[in-house]
Amino acid sequence: MSLVNIKIEGIPYQVESGLTILEAARKCGYEIPSLCAFNHGECNQGSCRVCLVEATGARGLVASCVYPVSEGMEIRISTPKAIEARRRSVELLLSNHSKDCQQCDKNGSCELLYVAQLTGAREKAYEGVHSETTLDVLAPALIRDTSKCILCGRCIARCQNAHGLSVLGFENRGFNTIVAPAQNRSFQNSPCIQCGQCVSVCPTGALMEKSEIDKVDDALRSGKHVVIQAAPAVRAAIGEEFGYPVGTPTTGKMIAAMRRLGFERVYDVNFGADLTIMEEGTELLGRIKNGGVLPMITSCSPGWINYAECNYADLLPHVSSCKSPHQMQGAIIKSYWAKQNGYDPKEVFVVSVMPCVAKKFEKDRPMMEHDGIRDVDAVITTRELAKMIRRSGIRYDMLPDEDWDQDIMGDYTGAAVIFGVTGGVMEAALRTVYYKLTGKEYGKITFDEVRGHDAGVREATLDINGTKVSVAIASGMKSAKILLDEIRAGKSKYQFIEIMGCPGGCINGGGQPYIRPVFLPHEDDDILDTYKEKRAKALYSEDERQTLRQSHKNPQVIELYEKFLGEPNSHLAHELLHTHYEGREAFR
Amino acid sequence: MAKLQEKAVAQIKEICSRYKNEKTPLMMILSDIQNEYGYIPLEVQELVSAETGISVAEIYGVVTFYSFFSLNPKGKYIIGCCLGTACYVKGAQNVIDKFSEILGIKPGQTTSDGLFTLDALRCIGACGIAPAVSISGTVYPKMSVDKVPAIIKELREKEGAL
Repeated sequence: MSLVNIKIEGIPYQVESGLTILEAARKCGYEIPSLCAFNHGECNQGSCRVCLVEATGARGLVASCVYPVSEGMEIRISTPKAIEARRRSVELLLSNHSKDCQQCDKNGSCELLYVAQLTGAREKAYEGVHSETTLDVLAPALIRDTSKCILCGRCIARCQNAHGLSVLGFENRGFNTIVAPAQNRSFQNSPCIQCGQCVSVCPTGALMEKSEIDKVDDALRSGKHVVIQAAPAVRAAIGEEFGYPVGTPTTGKMIAAMRRLGFERVYDVNFGADLTIMEEGTELLGRIKNGGVLPMITSCSPGWINYAECNYADLLPHVSSCKSPHQMQGAIIKSYWAKQNGYDPKEVFVVSVMPCVAKKFEKDRPMMEHDGIRDVDAVITTRELAKMIRRSGIRYDMLPDEDWDQDIMGDYTGAAVIFGVTGGVMEAALRTVYYKLTGKEYGKITFDEVRGHDAGVREATLDINGTKVSVAIASGMKSAKILLDEIRAGKSKYQFIEIMGCPGGCINGGGQPYIRPVFLPHEDDDILDTYKEKRAKALYSEDERQTLRQSHKNPQVIELYEKFLGEPNSHLAHELLHTHYEGREAFR
Repeated sequence: MAKLQEKAVAQIKEICSRYKNEKTPLMMILSDIQNEYGYIPLEVQELVSAETGISVAEIYGVVTFYSFFSLNPKGKYIIGCCLGTACYVKGAQNVIDKFSEILGIKPGQTTSDGLFTLDALRCIGACGIAPAVSISGTVYPKMSVDKVPAIIKELREKEGAL
């Protein structure tokens, strides 16, 4: 690593060569206002011109996010010329922006508003023509509003990096340029898998989840029995919305908050996750024993299911027929739970809190119901739950730690908690499959071989009582594609594959709190590199704290089978807990 | 989504295969398709995407960025009116307006008989003979509004459309 000598505001520094001015300045203690640049060059088009500085050797001002440092360079951030130029850049962006900040859902985490305040941009410095806008609200999970788009290209880069998909692209030219799926189509009629990774990087309100808070409010007002259930990954991240360091599990406070919001019961989707393992594990063993289609692939991630239906319809028989945990649990709440409580299922309303926006799409799938009763009625993201807590005046930090409602579905095991991280469903399944094949528990409980917190394929071969089980794990469709192409070519050596839509699994879902270093002043500069690992750790530590760590040991799951379902994969279990998939065209 | 004819599918695949060894084959593929068919609809872009692995959104972006590419069929005669600075000050706007008026189409559109497409061009490098109009490769120098009706008439007669 070679070093170069530079000066910032006349003060000498030594920095690594090859860094951009923006990165070098950051290491020296300067945060140059910037907007389009994101995540160590994951996106740096140099398009927004907000990070302009003066640098010797350059003609005019340079965009510091793309201009590299060089020996002897003198950089000036604070000259009147640079300050004026940065302000003007923001004012020009604002001149073609809808500026309805007060009613914008992104308010509070909008980076454009942040740099506008930082640079002192005047709202109406430039008045002129606005480009034609598109508002896409057709998709159940996502909203695209081009009136708020600053054409930074972060979403395009993320879709490509995570999934190799590039559903979004720049269209047309000059003033008419927009970011859109081909033909400016709706996400609903494009190859979009509605994972929401684009939402999690968008600096403005141009890409957002479709909020269902109003739907939840209506249900609470209606006098129905409103039950809320939260997925494992939510607890690992929601604390971030209330100023806790990234990776702080705040499960007890989250439960207390949900109870104070007026929900009749507060349940953990972990019960549904344990149930999923019983069903999926049994399905896997059945396929192995009876010569069924292998490898079997997990079905918990609706982003992945969307991808499979659009791109690998021929491989759908490989996908487990199990519904995802919250859909299973919703189906049980509307049947067994309602009956136990003497409620009419039509009067029960189930809200799922998910780290995911694709779950909004999933719950609307036609097959996610039984006898005309929908499994789940509303899905809100981790961010939306935080919004509901904030507007209710609840001081999150002052809440006591409370526990889930315990009546029928309160028990859960450590195996369920780790569903939220890539490799977790696999590990949970292996813990139970090992027991089913050997009649005893796996000694050290954990299967560290399958653990991780990032995209990329991992694989392991386990010897279970002489039966060799080869497994593989992928998250993000770019990695999944490698495994799927192997299956298609008849070259897959695995029996069981876990695929999650988002890189790193649900901890990095499209509905999780935004990771924006400028809004997280107490985190290290490298938080964009470490947040997945930190959130994963929060889940693994909760697993370790559990006395029960294998799904088949969950006493209430056992009871549910004894009293209601019969046995895993029974006829009733199939009716309530399993589903099917259909291939469809990418451009419909 | 409409289905492409088998013959067209085969030919587009052949065009894609011409540039198999190129690092960035997209522009060349699209140029060949544009020249062959006169336009590049979404169905064709999907096929090019499947053959090259480049996303449809990216291909669509390129097609809509360059005015050379077209999403819709173009007419037999493409009337390109230069609106570059030199042509513009010499009255090119009036010339293109006259074409618009006679043909009943706006720039970018094609007549319903498929004969004419009217395009507004930026500088075509013929400033010395401004205002210049290029019709399917033939350049008409020092154009004026008065000359427009005769040119249209001549081309229509040639096609037996009068």
